[in-house]
Amino acid sequence: MHELSIAQSLLGIVLQEAARHGVSRVTKVAVKIGALASVVPSSLTFSFDMIKEGTVAAEAVLEIEQVPAMGVCHACGAEMDMSGLVAACPACGSKDIELSSGQELYVDHIEAE
Amino acid sequence: MSEIEVGRNILEANQTMADRFRRRFAEQGVKVLNLISSPGAGKTSVLEKTLTRLDGRLNCAVIEGDIQTDEDARRVAACGVPAVQIQTQGACHLDGPMISEALEALDLGSLDLLIIENVGNLVCPVDFDLGEDMKVAVLSVTEGDDKPSKYPALFRAAGVLLVNKIDLLPYIDCDLERIHDTCRALNPKQKVFDISCRTGEGLKDWVAWLESWVKG
Repeated sequence: MHELSIAQSLLGIVLQEAARHGVSRVTKVAVKIGALASVVPSSLTFSFDMIKEGTVAAEAVLEIEQVPAMGVCHACGAEMDMSGLVAACPACGSKDIELSSGQELYVDHIEAE
Repeated sequence: MSEIEVGRNILEANQTMADRFRRRFAEQGVKVLNLISSPGAGKTSVLEKTLTRLDGRLNCAVIEGDIQTDEDARRVAACGVPAVQIQTQGACHLDGPMISEALEALDLGSLDLLIIENVGNLVCPVDFDLGEDMKVAVLSVTEGDDKPSKYPALFRAAGVLLVNKIDLLPYIDCDLERIHDTCRALNPKQKVFDISCRTGEGLKDWVAWLESWVKG
């Protein structure tokens, strides 16, 4: 629902990086978004495409890599899928489990000319 | 063509502000809660009942976030507590700049507890850190026992869950145990209170816990 404000923050970072590196045309923006970040990729792309007009990123393609929700068990070290409800480690039954990925929301790199 | 490594958090501007607020809150010795729920779960009723039961034993203030109207701030102010209303004019969550403005109206040094009532929304507010010590989720039983599994982000992030409107359980098909089980799986450390703002059930335990948490 707040993809537009996220797109505005994203564009701000892209324009800052473009200015810092003195590039005139950004061709690609690569972001990583965790499966648990509550961000809908198609809505983010729609919002980004709408606001990039008239900037050095006007022709930039937004490439979204979705990072799966994974967890790690502190008792036995097993890694597990956390996209559903996980009450205990499937390997050892411990409840001492923690998310290790899935909440990412960052700009990885941009490609520019 | 060149590739430029960036590695920056998209919400870094908000995060930087939140980190600054958190340091300021700690320096001033004020504990801060971010109260989050869907519209109509009873956030403002929880505030009214909590503030009334605290009966001045803690110096409190409230920041009220709503899309429109100052009705909630007036309800809270009627409890004798300073309340600052933020009208987001459509935005679905509170963010750093809004809190920054609201803080100017408050004397943080005189407070023990600041409660930020977020915009009624089970999804978006979770992503925007406001510098709080803890998120408190309110879920009313009339919303259905499937909500924690359908909207896990809030229930995973909240340190406290208040399950409200339990006086209505005899009249609806809501499995309270399912809410408890799901939330325990999402966040085993979460403190859960089953309450009814209408009958007062469970409020004593919640307020006692809150008081000791603030003083602790």
